[in-house]
Amino acid sequence: MNLWTIIILMAAVTFIPRLIPLLLFKNRALPPLFRRLLNIIPYAALGALIFPGVLKSVPTMPWAAIAGMGAAVLVSWFKGGLIASVASSVVVVFLFLLIGG
Amino acid sequence: MQVSDNKMSAVPENRSPFLRGVTAGLPVVIGYFPIAVTFGLLASEHISMAHAVCMSAWVYAGASQFMALGLIGAHSAATEIVAATFLMNFRHFIMSASLSQRVKRHRQAGTGLMAFWLTDETFSVAMALKKKLHPRFMLGLEIVAYVSWVSGTCLGFSLGAFIPPLLQESMYIALYALFVALLVPHVKGSLSILITAGFAAGINSLLQYFHIMKPGWSLVTAILSASVLGALIHSDEEEG
Repeated sequence: MNLWTIIILMAAVTFIPRLIPLLLFKNRALPPLFRRLLNIIPYAALGALIFPGVLKSVPTMPWAAIAGMGAAVLVSWFKGGLIASVASSVVVVFLFLLIGG
Repeated sequence: MQVSDNKMSAVPENRSPFLRGVTAGLPVVIGYFPIAVTFGLLASEHISMAHAVCMSAWVYAGASQFMALGLIGAHSAATEIVAATFLMNFRHFIMSASLSQRVKRHRQAGTGLMAFWLTDETFSVAMALKKKLHPRFMLGLEIVAYVSWVSGTCLGFSLGAFIPPLLQESMYIALYALFVALLVPHVKGSLSILITAGFAAGINSLLQYFHIMKPGWSLVTAILSASVLGALIHSDEEEG
């Protein structure tokens, strides 16, 4: 199969699941239990997106990834704010790699 | 919860929803750009620039694009690449359903783009706001993330070799830090959210560590099982 065909099929199978629920459920109130399920999904998704992926985010030095994540936890816990947390974790990982690598 | 709300409302409420969305999207822009540059750089070893940029512009799903490069490099069958992409991105089905209950009523126009641009990060940033979302806010948030992803791919493909590897490697943490920063304020206010997120993290780690299923399915399984648990233990009033 031609690479263009592969890319177009990849785009289709990615777009359709993104589209169908929004198309069907928007402008429509779902039953309360189902709504509770949908409301909790972001937190479950965040947990699953962070672990175990973060542990492999610095391939040559997993400890740097753990330290970087620790920095993000501390900054977001005590200070809050997305950019500060992201920046501090990148700086911590950079320093770890610079010193340890 | 209060923390992220306050941070977000630092953006004046009287500005247009679209511009507020653009501002809310800046952390995602910062997170995406270096990863897109990396994608462009890696892609230059396997496919043409037109292919790489169109993959970013049409598929627009980071993890599956990296995976596709690996599979293309290994000369995998096309059906395998497409099936793996479907599995890996099926989580957006759940996110799309969740988002559908949060976006203000709107006409058909816009829904397509809103869905096409839906990613883990734009979803998480939007849902962290804990209020009804204006469709134009959502589109503003999504379009800057998209521009960052596509332009990063172009840049990475054309001059990726000039980026110091040390700097590159320290950027991968950015998206995880974004997820952490989105989650922590909610965890502070609610034990049941901590349990839900922790359960999802644990299930996903176990499933992947023991290679029980493909990563796409383990993510979907972890999110769904933790959400069922969460819906049972979490009362919506708890966070106040």
